[in-house]
Amino acid sequence: MILIAVVSLGAIGFVGAGILYLASKKFEVYEDPRIAQVQEILPAANCGGCGYPGCGGFAAACVKADSLDGFLCPVGGADVMSQVATILGKEVVAAVPMVAVVRCNGTCSSRPRNNQYDGIKSCTIASNLYGGESACTNGCLGYGDCVVSCAFDAISINPTTGIAEVDEAKCTSCGACVKACPKAIIELRKKGPKSRRIFVSCINKDKGAAAKKACANACIGCSLCKKQCEFDAITIENNVAYIDYNKCRLCRKCVAVCPTGAIHELNFPPRKEKVVEAKVVETSETENK
Amino acid sequence: MLKTFRIGGIHPPENKLSAGKQITGLALPTQVIIPLGQHIGAPAQALVKKGDIVKVGTPIAKAGGFVSANIHASVSGKVAKVDNVLDASGYKRMAIYIDVVGDEWEETIDRSETLIKECTLAPKEIVDKIAACGIVGLGGATFPTQVKLMPPPGTKAELIIINAVECEPYLTSDHALMLEKAEEILVGVTILMQSVSVSKAVIGVENNKKDAIEKLTSLAKQYAGIEIMPLKVQYPQGGEKQLIDAVIRKQVKSGGLPISTGAVVQNVGTAFAVYEAVQKNKPLFERVVTVTGKAVSNTCNLLVRVGTPIRYLIEAAGGIPENTGKIIGGGPMMGKALITADVPVTKGSSGILLMTKEESVRKPMSNCIRCAKCVSACPMGLNPTHLMNLTEFAEWDGAEKNHIADCIECGSCSFTCPANRPLLDQIRFGKGKVMGIIRARKS
Repeated sequence: MILIAVVSLGAIGFVGAGILYLASKKFEVYEDPRIAQVQEILPAANCGGCGYPGCGGFAAACVKADSLDGFLCPVGGADVMSQVATILGKEVVAAVPMVAVVRCNGTCSSRPRNNQYDGIKSCTIASNLYGGESACTNGCLGYGDCVVSCAFDAISINPTTGIAEVDEAKCTSCGACVKACPKAIIELRKKGPKSRRIFVSCINKDKGAAAKKACANACIGCSLCKKQCEFDAITIENNVAYIDYNKCRLCRKCVAVCPTGAIHELNFPPRKEKVVEAKVVETSETENK
Repeated sequence: MLKTFRIGGIHPPENKLSAGKQITGLALPTQVIIPLGQHIGAPAQALVKKGDIVKVGTPIAKAGGFVSANIHASVSGKVAKVDNVLDASGYKRMAIYIDVVGDEWEETIDRSETLIKECTLAPKEIVDKIAACGIVGLGGATFPTQVKLMPPPGTKAELIIINAVECEPYLTSDHALMLEKAEEILVGVTILMQSVSVSKAVIGVENNKKDAIEKLTSLAKQYAGIEIMPLKVQYPQGGEKQLIDAVIRKQVKSGGLPISTGAVVQNVGTAFAVYEAVQKNKPLFERVVTVTGKAVSNTCNLLVRVGTPIRYLIEAAGGIPENTGKIIGGGPMMGKALITADVPVTKGSSGILLMTKEESVRKPMSNCIRCAKCVSACPMGLNPTHLMNLTEFAEWDGAEKNHIADCIECGSCSFTCPANRPLLDQIRFGKGKVMGIIRARKS
């Protein structure tokens, strides 16, 4: 009895195996083995910061492309990209390191709250309903959609200021927070030499008086910084200044003239006497080159 | 047995504190702020500039598209500026500021109280006149009335349903209007019937307004084809689709237009505005607004010019009570909390509700206990708890498949939830998102 079962099951197994083998040959899809190799090197964060759906998508795109120009894994950075380049036998294209920047400095003290929101603690839902707790409808709401979106624990809400803050050591510039912020406050900017960078920490598009009334630290579009800038890096549009990080030479003159303190400088050494400041400008210029 | 809609529904405490209060006029403010976008659709385009002199009823902005409405000056005086104003949602919108000087009306407006029953205009002329006078749905959704009176090709209007339900708790503006302007409303309904060439109209009134039902029923005998239908008190009966179901027992298909059932639904306030526009040449620049709340000393129904900051209305009702927690524009179910009392009255403002601190506090939310109360409460037959989960995890495909776009944002689910889950907040957000996706796919 048992023999019949063994033989018949065995026969079915063989036939099935045969069909599967033939099918696998017939319908085989060739996959470049390098895709798997590249994927092995990638950090497997699947953050989508490169603009592709996950690390697999990025690996396939890298293999397919003619040159690696424009390809950057923001998590792995230059290291990983050079390894990818070695596998693919392509040239490494040096990518500029970027970092997320929160362009709001309307702290709790400078931006008086004129109402209270008691709904779901989500920026997207709150901004869907109304303008926000202060008179500034452009400012950071502080409910932390960016914090939730960050896969690297690099962004947090500062409890004293009520504004999102980026930990630049952890930030991989994947851009998840940029997409998550309903107010479009967060921007990816050039990290800059020695992480030094200057940016306008405000996106309030209201006219000067209204902006100032809503927040003491708001950019009022007075264009003093624009006049001061020797490199034509600052533009004023919709009553708010914007610094082009590709043109900015980090001279810090705009920071000094801003009447509301809306322009922020990061990681610079403390300001010295005026004569010495000129020197700092020079060094930062050379660093930039 | 009284009729009502067949799916879902709730019965919140009615709290009609200002019922029976007469409509009183409100003194003119010193300045009015008339927003350019006070209707659904494209904002109107300003026709005036700083320094222009306007009279009451002067057109100051023209419709900015097919679905849009004209706007008229509600006061006489000088245009102070055309600038941004914080609207009810706390965002800035364009508005026309007019400094009030005297109270001089356009000569074309008939200000007499005499009732004019006869209307010999052709349907097209009526619709044009309604459009010119900037009439929008006064129930709160502010959909331009003329658009509803032009059924799209392939559909045919069979009857007019007048929404005199006023199912929102607290609000009594429609009730007051029905008691004081019953004849005018009935003439307005006749004109609406004429405009879409139908011979039948049903006025649906909830049974908690017995005096209004009696008054309308006795007067309606003189008007051919108008029936008054008392309805069982049930929220949200004032929803267009719910009212159609209650009155003619027809369901509007998911994503379909109400006109597919042959019904054209208009609010009772709109019917009155239509009467004034067609018979008296009076554009829509004032409306009845209820000011109410448990702590309000003098709840009232006020006849207010559009653009009046609501601060004036609250003062007329005895000022802001000490323990006010929230000021709501509209009723407690669908209204929105306002961030300041400087928000102007718009064509869609049906009431101002001052909630006490105890009433307005949000109770702490806990986990869903799967009781399905929200499912039985949803008047659109949706599954709110499922939709909330889908939007929370950004499952837009799933949300669309589960008909999130059909949500009418009535808030019955949030109201009924024993775990105090903010179902509507989440679903409203998801609905907006899904509608955006659908629109993007179509274009």
